[in-house]
Amino acid sequence: MYTPSHFTAVLLFALFTSVVFGITQRSETRAMIRYGVYCFCLFVLGTIAASWVMWLIKH
Amino acid sequence: MRASKLVYSLEMSTAKATTPKDSAAQPAAGSKPFSAGIILVAGWMIPGLGHLMQGKWIRAVLLFVSITCMFSLGLAMHGKIYSANSGELLDMLGFVGDLGNGILYVLSAFFGWGQNVVQVVTADYGTKFIVVAGLLNFISAVDAHSLRLGRKS
Repeated sequence: MYTPSHFTAVLLFALFTSVVFGITQRSETRAMIRYGVYCFCLFVLGTIAASWVMWLIKH
Repeated sequence: MRASKLVYSLEMSTAKATTPKDSAAQPAAGSKPFSAGIILVAGWMIPGLGHLMQGKWIRAVLLFVSITCMFSLGLAMHGKIYSANSGELLDMLGFVGDLGNGILYVLSAFFGWGQNVVQVVTADYGTKFIVVAGLLNFISAVDAHSLRLGRKS
């Protein structure tokens, strides 16, 4: 059984999802890469921000 | 005067008949051997196949690797494979998502891959990975369909 940490799972999820989003949501190669990187950053940073919000709610 | 009007209208109708938009919407017969419906179904059954059939092999490989890896990681995390006849609404939605994996879902149902009950946290991640892989494959198949119809370059 593969048991990644939560953050590793986030990175894997963000990577694969961003690749598909980049290819399907843009027409030109450069725009695809740029949008894929943008989505990856949003996924990862959004998760970190949500984690801090949950930590603040708990404390 | 009437003759010049006639020539003008003839020129306009010829110009309308050969606009780039029309030529993109109705590709020449024989240049694209597969119909849009076949490409949609092929892209759904095997991730990236719809793009490969149109010569977009780099996109096809990236889509295949991404979706298959996501599905495989979900299975490796002991994710759940939803079945059709569970009766619960959320399970039925999960089944629709899983169904997007096409041949991967058929294989997992045939060979009994995946868990029936989620017992650990990583298995819950795995269940989500499998569902999202299916949803991404739906997007990929529709993108291949749009490419074939000329809506996207």
